[in-house]
Amino acid sequence: MRRLEIIVSRLAWFVPTIVGLLIIIFTISHIIPTDPVRVLAGDNATQEQLDALRKEYGYDKPLPIQFINYLKDVATGNLGISIFTKRPISETMWHRLPATLELTFAAVFLSVLFGIPLGVLSALKRNSLFDHVLRVITVSGLAVASFWLAMELQFLFSMNLAVAPLNGRISGFGPDPITGFFVIDSLLIWDMESLRSALSHMILPAITLALPAAATIVRFTRAGVLEVINSNFVLYERAMGIPWPLIVWKYVLRNALISTVTQIGLIFGVFLSGAVVVETVFDWPGIGAYAVNSILQSDYKAIMGFTIWTGAIFLIVNLITDIAHTLIDPRSSQ
Amino acid sequence: MKTGWRQALSKFVRDRAALIGSVIILGLILCAIFAPYLAPFPDDVYEFHTSNRLRAPDGVHYFGTDRMGSDVLSRILFGARITIMIAVIAISITVAIGVPIGLIAGYYGKWPSDALMRVSDIFLAIPQVVLAIAIAQTLGPSIENVILALSATYWPFWARLVYAETRSVKNEIFIESAIALGAPPWRVMLLHVLPNIASAIIVRTSIGMGNTILTAAILGFLGLGAPPPAPEWGRMIAESREFLPEAWWYATAPGLAIFLVVMGFNLLGDGLRDILDPRIRRAASREE
Amino acid sequence: MAELLAVRDLTLGFHTDAGLARVLDGVNLTIDRGQVMGLVGESGCGKTTLARAVLGVLPRHVTDISGGSIRFKGRDLLALAPDVLSREVCGRAITFIPQDPYGSFNPVFTVGTQIMEIMKWKSPRREAIGWQAGMPALLQTYPAERRRADRDAVLKLLDAVQLPQPEQILRKYPHELSGGQRQRLMIAMALLPEPDLVIADEPTTALDVTIQAQILGLIRRLATERGVAVLFTTHDLGTAYEICDAVTVMYAGQDVESAPTDVFFTRCVHPYTDRLLASLPRPDGKVAGIPGEVPSLVTPPPGCRFHPRCDSAAADCRAARPPETASGAGHRVRCFHPRVRAAA
Repeated sequence: MRRLEIIVSRLAWFVPTIVGLLIIIFTISHIIPTDPVRVLAGDNATQEQLDALRKEYGYDKPLPIQFINYLKDVATGNLGISIFTKRPISETMWHRLPATLELTFAAVFLSVLFGIPLGVLSALKRNSLFDHVLRVITVSGLAVASFWLAMELQFLFSMNLAVAPLNGRISGFGPDPITGFFVIDSLLIWDMESLRSALSHMILPAITLALPAAATIVRFTRAGVLEVINSNFVLYERAMGIPWPLIVWKYVLRNALISTVTQIGLIFGVFLSGAVVVETVFDWPGIGAYAVNSILQSDYKAIMGFTIWTGAIFLIVNLITDIAHTLIDPRSSQ
Repeated sequence: MKTGWRQALSKFVRDRAALIGSVIILGLILCAIFAPYLAPFPDDVYEFHTSNRLRAPDGVHYFGTDRMGSDVLSRILFGARITIMIAVIAISITVAIGVPIGLIAGYYGKWPSDALMRVSDIFLAIPQVVLAIAIAQTLGPSIENVILALSATYWPFWARLVYAETRSVKNEIFIESAIALGAPPWRVMLLHVLPNIASAIIVRTSIGMGNTILTAAILGFLGLGAPPPAPEWGRMIAESREFLPEAWWYATAPGLAIFLVVMGFNLLGDGLRDILDPRIRRAASREE
Repeated sequence: MAELLAVRDLTLGFHTDAGLARVLDGVNLTIDRGQVMGLVGESGCGKTTLARAVLGVLPRHVTDISGGSIRFKGRDLLALAPDVLSREVCGRAITFIPQDPYGSFNPVFTVGTQIMEIMKWKSPRREAIGWQAGMPALLQTYPAERRRADRDAVLKLLDAVQLPQPEQILRKYPHELSGGQRQRLMIAMALLPEPDLVIADEPTTALDVTIQAQILGLIRRLATERGVAVLFTTHDLGTAYEICDAVTVMYAGQDVESAPTDVFFTRCVHPYTDRLLASLPRPDGKVAGIPGEVPSLVTPPPGCRFHPRCDSAAADCRAARPPETASGAGHRVRCFHPRVRAAA
């Protein structure tokens, strides 16, 4: 069974890939010119204090030992304590992950909702005015710097028109966390005020994130539909008088989406890197904003923590993509 | 072969996207070269006029002035130099690393290809921006480090691309016959494989330039790019944040500059793909 | 026999980079009810285009239909609105057996899904049970009662086209079936709507030689049993001889001669048909080719398009296209200087 084989081989590579990733990150974080211990201890610290701190955080050991110790910790789910917040990194990650995921899912929803139908339509009406306008929009969507788009949206909709909140995730404290997703939690306890607030806070960052992804989906769907629409089975279906809308939205789309689905991994990468920037601009309390803060403070354990998490999420998404691909394309499970 | 290139050239002129893209890129290069002559206040790049700060656009300062009283337009024009330098050097290094690795791995298969796949898997396991941020921060903010961070994280994409292209070309009859005739591997790779995957590399170079400029802008925005007072576009946008909504021009102008340039490279890449890529070209001509 | 399909003076072209390709030039074709008509000609002579014109699936943007009519059961298909054509004629009164049984199945749906989709829209029981007039296509449902009846009909017909274990076959994806199995399915799908005319466009070219004869025999037998007319395009005269009631020959977008099969193979009179028959491999292994080349359709020769290669050609052949003249019962020929044959 090929489907199972794909999953097993993917899973088998999961651990070595993460370890390789850690080696890279560990190497770069240890050629840091600034000594994290010195930063932590302050300018007036004595040599004894520095040594004590170094011993406390394990910085006195040789690098390979430090790395192996680190791997042991990671394997047990312990990503260490952040030098700056003095809190366990795993805990902070768990705490912040729902915010990032909620935003990402909203962006996935938006980009699929608009991307696929627009891609199909522009393929059907290729070289029409609609197709040309959409091409300009998609090329623009891929060319715009997300942090700048975020700021311009804030400027227009929050500062001038005042129709959307400037930043943050919700007004007040938000609903009591059940799932951590504010939209779901406020629905569960039927708190319409929180729901409205959560959605209005989400809309601008979600649009910022969704735009380049939607542009990618439009382009791949368009190309996929164009490739399929001239195939013999479409000719056959037309010759047999199957209604045209059905040919397009059921038979052609299913084929065209195979190439789009293989791009989901790529699109998700766009979301993760977009989240880093977009969360920073919108003060969205997710793991992206946390990563930027850690980077700016040379909190390298936190950076490594973030990298592991991102890598893990990304690998899982790619695994799901592969499985989805074998599910919608029966030819691949031969 | 000659008529093929002439045909490609005439298609290029007819392809509006490629034409607009190359005009934009040409404009960027001219701006970079002639920045001292084009800029209304060339000295403003490193000089401050604090009494003149945050002036709205007018007949003297077309794009207004920034928090130091410098002319935004002049700084953007000089910023084109930084942008081009980063993108060109980073992409050159990337191509110089990625293409040979991809070629060799694709040509020999077996363990070189396995090794490439596993190593690039690791790099591709996290988004390029995230890794580039980590590297750039570690090394400290400077143009050289931005270039290093960009090429260190971008080469695996290239190696994968060249690898896949090489693999698909390698089984063509003319390659097999060249090998059968006893041509040494380096000769087959350089004279037979490389010319046949060149169009894919050219297309990818153009799109990669746009991508690299965007990533470099993100690094600049996060304060990891060229240190101030260098007129780096991403950093200018970051500086402008605290002056919104009053000084709207401050963020808008450099943002538009990034947008325009990336758009130029993407349009050019798209146009080149339509012209050079035979597979897509065939699909396009099959259109009803 | 009553006339079922009458193509008259059909003239059409495709816009290409090189200019307008005049693919069909005043073509006539008549098929009677229940008749198996072979449409014979070399590749590129316009037979597939003619078949697609009847099916109404020519590429809309590049096709330029400049004249003629396609009358089917008294209605001009060219004058019919596309949605009426698609709803009432395509797949219902006229069905299709494609050339390529590999690419003509949608690769990501099971065979059963695709057959039942055709039955949902084209089943002969559609008007009787579950007719949802006016409902948008995407919202129409398949009434369970008709679905059961249709499924029984499908299983019965799969048996008739000699596909064993039809239940299992319906659950398979196209790539899991052989070319012969797929073409049998295509035949079944063409017959299920109980059409008046089946258009079979070179249905055996993509298949192994060993299977070709079986498939041909199957088409012939089922057509006769059910009284269905077939328009059968082929470049192979031998095939036409085996299964057709009548044969029409095309050359470079023009019809040249049409006759019942027995007449055709013994008393054809058009010089091109003559050369075509002579080009069949003879028992002594010699093959007589036709000198010259098939003309370009962008700049075709005026008049009869065969004249540059014809040894009987004269000035009148260049001036105008010969009119259709009767040369016996059901035997029509378009030539100013037909071969003279001694009466058999």
